[in-house]
Amino acid sequence: MTRFLRQMFTIAAKDLRSELRTKEAVNASLSFALVILLLFSFAFDPTSDMTREISGGLLWLVFAFAGVLVLNRSFARELNNDCLDALISSPVPGPALFLGKAIANYVLLLGIECVCLPIFGIFYNIHWTGQPAWLALVMLLGTWGMTVVGTVFSALTVNMRLRELMLPMLVYPIMIPCLMASMQLTTPLLASEPISGDMLAWVRLLVGFDIIFTALAVTLIDTVLVG
Amino acid sequence: MKALAVESVWKYYGDYPALRNIAFDVEAGQCVALLGRNGAGKTTLLRILGGLSRPSKGGVRLFEREHSDRSSRALTGIIGHGIAVYDELSAYENLKLFAELYALENPHKAAMEWLERTALDRVKDSLVREFSRGMRQRLAVARAFLHHPKLLLLDEPFTSLDDRAIALLQSLLRDSLAEGGTVIMSTHQLREAMELASHVVLLNRGGMAHSGERTAEMLADTGWLYRNYGDA
Repeated sequence: MTRFLRQMFTIAAKDLRSELRTKEAVNASLSFALVILLLFSFAFDPTSDMTREISGGLLWLVFAFAGVLVLNRSFARELNNDCLDALISSPVPGPALFLGKAIANYVLLLGIECVCLPIFGIFYNIHWTGQPAWLALVMLLGTWGMTVVGTVFSALTVNMRLRELMLPMLVYPIMIPCLMASMQLTTPLLASEPISGDMLAWVRLLVGFDIIFTALAVTLIDTVLVG
Repeated sequence: MKALAVESVWKYYGDYPALRNIAFDVEAGQCVALLGRNGAGKTTLLRILGGLSRPSKGGVRLFEREHSDRSSRALTGIIGHGIAVYDELSAYENLKLFAELYALENPHKAAMEWLERTALDRVKDSLVREFSRGMRQRLAVARAFLHHPKLLLLDEPFTSLDDRAIALLQSLLRDSLAEGGTVIMSTHQLREAMELASHVVLLNRGGMAHSGERTAEMLADTGWLYRNYGDA
């Protein structure tokens, strides 16, 4: 188990170091997120009630669109010099390889979300700090769901010629329950309302989604990578 | 002890059989030259032996263990068509990374030892993307030998290597064989292959045309094998 964890964190550290040196995915994702935030702010009146009602949806759309750019690079960066072959032929178990990559993606996505959130607050005149603990929990759970699905499909599409197109087409339909729950929970949180009563069902849905898709991904990753 | 047992391996790409009923054993300490023309199935077979692809039928055993047993991967070293090192990491970071993935006892020491053996210690902190082609190739060789593999799978290892890297690789292969290691290499460079090989496997259109010891005739006349067993 210790070896598994060490190999997993070695992969995660390698991916983060590579990304921080090249900044390929982070720069593209951040720029894209800022452009969408700006364009949406022209489309919706920041003072209207309607904008507040859809604020959770807007925010998670930005996270989902920008996130796919990071997830796309996850396995694609291993194609240079056939590095993916070196990883697969090493004694690192498939689940350790997958979870290492997922952790790196998770850190990158959370970082991008943390940059986008205050900008979103400024553009849409929303005080997002009213329920910080709940908001953090929803972001952690929702982002893990997106990351797991995106990372496993990044592995699946890595050898496809149109992978930049294929990945969003494949992952968005599967992410729908996770995105819906995150949107439903985020909207009241951005209005400083606590989560209670029926809304807790969405939290349970998020937790369930994360557990089921993490288990599925860990089980199937060897088949996805080797065939 | 059998280092490798290839048991009636078939590989289909769609309906096309890239490998047809390949079966042979390799004893520990042997050096096998895997020969055949382009498209014969050499790379496909090596990818299956390296765990990068699964056979459609049949199986492979490494050192008496099932191929799916991940621990057997620690015994193999692979040099494929790519150098399999990261451009955005330094030479030291690359070797330390793989030493950690192979769970070596002292990754730092292993990385430093191979940087010295490949004469890359002076540039250990430089990023691989700044390296010359020859330096990158030497680093790739170091990466493959880092964990002292008992079985080396080499796919056209001498192609595109410079003189220094060829000399280094030949010397490491001889050392490995002298220490009881096993080598399987596909190549089109028959002269180098025959000099090093103890056994030969010839593939022809996905099937096995010949398997046996490398004979004096093969060494004296590198075309002999193809004339007698290969497609005319």
